[in-house]
Amino acid sequence: MPGAQERVLRRRIGSVQNTKKITRAMELIAATRVVKAQQRAAEARPYAEHITQVIEDLSATGADADHPLLRPVEQVSKVGVVVLGADRGLAGAYNSNVIKAAEREIMAARNDGLAYDLVTIGRKAKAYFQFRNYPITASFEGFSEKPTFEAAADIAARVIDLFTAEGGCDRILLVYTRFISMGSQEVVVRRFLPLESVERIAEAGDAKAVAGFEFEPSPGSVLESLLPRYVESRLFAALLDAAASELANRQRAMKAATDNAQELILKLTRKMNQVRQDAITTEIMEIIGGAEALAGDRDEPGELLLSHLDADPFPARTGDHHATGPDRI
Amino acid sequence: MSLLVELVSPERVAFSGEADMVICRTTTGDIAFLPGHIPFIGVLATHPVRVIRPDGEVVIAVHQGFVEVSPPDEDGRTRVTILSDVAELAEAIDVERARAARSSAEERLRTDPADPEAISALRRAEVRLSVTDAA
Repeated sequence: MPGAQERVLRRRIGSVQNTKKITRAMELIAATRVVKAQQRAAEARPYAEHITQVIEDLSATGADADHPLLRPVEQVSKVGVVVLGADRGLAGAYNSNVIKAAEREIMAARNDGLAYDLVTIGRKAKAYFQFRNYPITASFEGFSEKPTFEAAADIAARVIDLFTAEGGCDRILLVYTRFISMGSQEVVVRRFLPLESVERIAEAGDAKAVAGFEFEPSPGSVLESLLPRYVESRLFAALLDAAASELANRQRAMKAATDNAQELILKLTRKMNQVRQDAITTEIMEIIGGAEALAGDRDEPGELLLSHLDADPFPARTGDHHATGPDRI
Repeated sequence: MSLLVELVSPERVAFSGEADMVICRTTTGDIAFLPGHIPFIGVLATHPVRVIRPDGEVVIAVHQGFVEVSPPDEDGRTRVTILSDVAELAEAIDVERARAARSSAEERLRTDPADPEAISALRRAEVRLSVTDAA
């Protein structure tokens, strides 16, 4: 029968093994989802490129409407911070990195005596700021791993609202994690609104726009309905980047957790074996000690251990030997 | 000479192929594009877009968006790009779901005739259904 300490160790090994199974499964799931998320980001690119292309074409005709989204900032009195976090944890430092960056922006705004609006995306970001009593203007959650365009459109509509409303934000920052590669992601703070002027957007694209386009209804109104779409597509791109980063981080964190669990199992198994061996050694010592003590009492060394060999080797044949046990000695 | 048609939604390129003619509705009225059309950018209304191909017609449900006709490329092909938030091919539409969406939107409109969400949901469902009817 295993000793108490051994039993405790055995139970711990079992529990670590179960944890390892879970982290291993999460690692594999995250690994496949990262690939999918990267694919989605690649599939979303043509739309963003075409929108930029249309803006280039518009710019070539000289249309630079006096659109509220293009309103340049003269005096900033209120900033908006949009933070893109995850819905679930277990992704290493992913959430805390992006949240810390957002908090820094808020602190900077406070120090400058500016008012701020905070928009959180993802359950973790919301929980963090709510717990610390930051006023949250709007929050979205439930899609951080697999953002849909509708979600991006909803958020964009809300953010544009904050920007264009009377007494709204004069500048909106987007804090998210940029996906560079599987091995590296970085938290970035980008100016989201107001947009750069139409020319600046056009310059950023591969400028091969040709003038001579016909517009229906008119360049101004095309631009007017185009700019919100452009904002949506930029936000969607950021969401997809954040999702890929989250999954890459989770995969790394879960891989580390699985490795640690494996190491822990190894250590605990060694400890358990040692404890078991100790227990066995102690038991043997006790038996030998006891036997010697008894033998010393009888003054006939060896008698106790060997006497039964002289007895009838098959006492069971006579029937119920348990009941007749004592007569063997 | 032919048209090169691309239907681009934010999540992916939903359709891409050659065609003889594209008919769509902008906010100011219907317009058809033939190969060699001059460069054009228009705002689309919520309405089916018809892509006429040599082997038949492809109908696409478009819920607002843009149509861009680029100048002919080196091969003399005119590129028509349809950019839309929601763009679906007729065969990708779930008729049952669209019907259910239509009736639930109608239900909501009965209690609150000014519900903007219900109005746009109803319009989307109707375009989806009209697209499946046309295909």
